[in-house]
Amino acid sequence: MDGIHDMGGMHGFGKVEPEKNEPVFHAPWEGHVLALQRAMTYAGGYNIDQMRAAIEALPPDVYLSSSYYKRWALQIENLVAKLGLADADEIKAGYGRHPGKALPRKLTVAEVANSLTRGSFFRPAPTPARFKPGDRVRAKNIHPATHTRLPRYARGRIGVVEALRGCHVFPDTSSLGQGDHPRWLYTVLFDGRELWGDSADPTLKISIEAFEPYLEPA
Amino acid sequence: MAQKYDDEHDDRHEHGSELSEMQLRVRALETVLAAKGYIDPSALDAIVEAYETKVGPHIGRRIVAKAWSDAAFKRALIADASKAVLAFGLVDRVGDHLIAVENTPARHNMVVCTLCSCYPWEVLGLPPVWYKSAPYRSRAVNDPRGVLKDFGFTLPADTEIRVWDSTAETRFIVVPMRPQATEGWSEDKLSGLVTRDSMIGTGLPKQPSEVA
Repeated sequence: MDGIHDMGGMHGFGKVEPEKNEPVFHAPWEGHVLALQRAMTYAGGYNIDQMRAAIEALPPDVYLSSSYYKRWALQIENLVAKLGLADADEIKAGYGRHPGKALPRKLTVAEVANSLTRGSFFRPAPTPARFKPGDRVRAKNIHPATHTRLPRYARGRIGVVEALRGCHVFPDTSSLGQGDHPRWLYTVLFDGRELWGDSADPTLKISIEAFEPYLEPA
Repeated sequence: MAQKYDDEHDDRHEHGSELSEMQLRVRALETVLAAKGYIDPSALDAIVEAYETKVGPHIGRRIVAKAWSDAAFKRALIADASKAVLAFGLVDRVGDHLIAVENTPARHNMVVCTLCSCYPWEVLGLPPVWYKSAPYRSRAVNDPRGVLKDFGFTLPADTEIRVWDSTAETRFIVVPMRPQATEGWSEDKLSGLVTRDSMIGTGLPKQPSEVA
């Protein structure tokens, strides 16, 4: 989706302003939103790609004017309604009127420590890897209206495969609830001038983590 | 440590009276999801506590200090960071996709997630607000030297700057260069020089004189 979330290379957002002695959370509700997200993905209510897609689907003005954890809260509301896990009117009322759906599991206090370890995104490979380190590749000029992890700034640009990272869950299908469809993942390295033109910093190199369907030989 | 509501701070990031609105809104959401049987509220409290007290950059600092002290560990770390941090007992558990990248006099590494907020939570904790902000995400890939200036440091003009955009589930930690005049320091003492930002690539480790 060519959305506002795809920010790499945009102008006009101003300086980076680090906060001194930043707390982990700026208000208790932020921690609760994070914990809700973890608990819902752990339960199998939705996966991380569905989560990201639902954040990206927020209207651009809402996305830009909401704090990070407010975006998450809006996304949880929208996604649980979309997936039929709770009705929008129940969420608005703060009251569960109907029984929930059966989810695969539920996060308990005893499982919290284990749940902090990230799950593995490795999956058995359906085919041998098409590219190898050193290969020249072009990031495809694609503009899917659905979730993808190929940033706009790399599309149509030529880079070099630097590393093969294994075969992973493919976000483009996982985000649609259509399954893992495992695909090879590569680190692809671009010269700054290939991405940003002749005036780019000549010492700049940028890599993306690119799934095989995003790439073609160059 | 629970944070008190801070209207002044929140106003900078949000708008007007949203703070209490958000508190109510999140409480409503939590109530519904608990009533549906999807979540256990006491588990939520345990997650918040873990991120406030257990998971944080102190884990990454130990990894970097060991890499500075132990050449065999550093080789293993660069080859496969997930395996190395487990094998050397630096963490009890870690996900599969941790990658360590090493700064050298010729190359400085910097990590960003232009699409969302991907960050090596397991070794650095939750990302700071600036890491998730539009200014950082937009500029890290086309003006990283400008971003470094916002953090108060200038990279030598001939040093290559390598930006890693975390566009998949791989997660990156930068191993900064060991400060000079630290020969003979213990890992514990060295870890005191490692800053969070130096492991993202937006800062440098402290100098020995800063911790004396």
